Amino acid sequence: MKDDISPIQQPVRVINMGIESFSEDLRKVEVDVIQMDWRPPAGGDRKLIALLDSLEKQV
Amino acid sequence: MSIDAANKVCLEKIQASTAVWSDIKKAKDVIPRMGERTVLHAGPPLTWEQMCGPMRGAITGACIFEGWATDPEGVARLAENGELEFDSSHHHNAIGPMAGIITPTMEVSVVRNDTDNRETYATLYMGIGKVLRHGAFDDEVMEKLRWMNFELAPLLRAALQHAGGIDLKSIVAQALQMGDELHNRNKASNALLLTSLVQHLISVGEKQEVLKAIDFIDKAGHFVLNAVMAGSKGMLDAGANIENSTIVTAIARNGYETGIRVSGLGDRWFTAPAPMIDGVYFPGFGPEDANPDLGDSAITETIGLGSFSMAGAPAVVEYIGGTAQFALETTLKMYEITVSEHENYKLPPVNFRGAPLGIDIRKVVETGITPVINTGIACKRPGIGQIGAGLTATPIECFTAALEAFAGRNS
Repeated sequence: MKDDISPIQQPVRVINMGIESFSEDLRKVEVDVIQMDWRPPAGGDRKLIALLDSLEKQV
Repeated sequence: MSIDAANKVCLEKIQASTAVWSDIKKAKDVIPRMGERTVLHAGPPLTWEQMCGPMRGAITGACIFEGWATDPEGVARLAENGELEFDSSHHHNAIGPMAGIITPTMEVSVVRNDTDNRETYATLYMGIGKVLRHGAFDDEVMEKLRWMNFELAPLLRAALQHAGGIDLKSIVAQALQMGDELHNRNKASNALLLTSLVQHLISVGEKQEVLKAIDFIDKAGHFVLNAVMAGSKGMLDAGANIENSTIVTAIARNGYETGIRVSGLGDRWFTAPAPMIDGVYFPGFGPEDANPDLGDSAITETIGLGSFSMAGAPAVVEYIGGTAQFALETTLKMYEITVSEHENYKLPPVNFRGAPLGIDIRKVVETGITPVINTGIACKRPGIGQIGAGLTATPIECFTAALEAFAGRNS
């Protein structure tokens, strides 16, 4: 039965969030990868994140 | 009122708006605060020194048209001596593509938003290539401008009055289902406009002048655009000045800066340097000839048209570059930064969802996704005109500056 096969013996399928080069490296070794278009909120800018959080409280 | 409640009020006013092309009048007779030497331009306010080549070229043509000068040197002297009163068209309920120059005796379309009892104004569309809005002003351009002002405009005025106005909102809604995005692709909308106009042109005009007008409107390809821009502004202005609203009510570029306005922040502009355009060039031109992003036509994107509705206009990529898949993905991305969908502007390829409507500065800053603009490319040298078309993005700095101002609005 399939469930009995160790995960490391099953084909690898990957969803990658963030740095796209991780996807490219996996594609080079013929691994199925879906690259998710994701960035940290406000590009990771803490000042802008704090502003967004403050406005979140006003909704 | 909470932000979400304010945005709801803002969008209800925009959705309820009408856009009826009702008349054509002289700018000085209808545009508020239009002085003897007022020169209105696209985008946020700027000085003569900051103006790019195509804007200076268009001003040169407009001043010669008005009889204020006879050559570019004379126009430059007027500008440098402070004898021309420059201002943003947006400050006068008006709007214009590319340089967007409006001077007092130019004939302008009057577009009514009857729901909000509001009028907006735009000059008549001149065609593609060597035209005033792209900074061209040679004899051929000036002759065309005079014909449009003194012959075409009176004929159109009579036809519009005979028609009792033409419903632009209806034309836009139909054209979106016929492959237009209403910024750089107007194949259907221009034909629908002409179909609406033709019986009235025949009713009021002489055969030869009517034939010439029909031929011009047809060949101009995007004649409908300026009136749609005025209508879009009238709708968005209805949603302006709603306290606590984070919805963008204008995106505009003057070739020096790109600016946005936000409903809850009044008439302030939030600006950043105008970006270059990634585009397809006409033969003989390339990126080295291009001017930075220019014009008020991004009002179409602000109301959910243009790039926001590209999913419904895959053929536009033949003009501005890209693929049909890219067109679809662009529309889907724009849903990420908007808070609503248009109730009348529907897009068949996304299961008739409404066009993405209501750009929220919070969503733009949070996602880092900025509004994409489908646009024409002007030559940076005055006197040449349009040299291509393509895509650009509204700078993120406009939105971060607006967000900071919004967060500090009560302090």
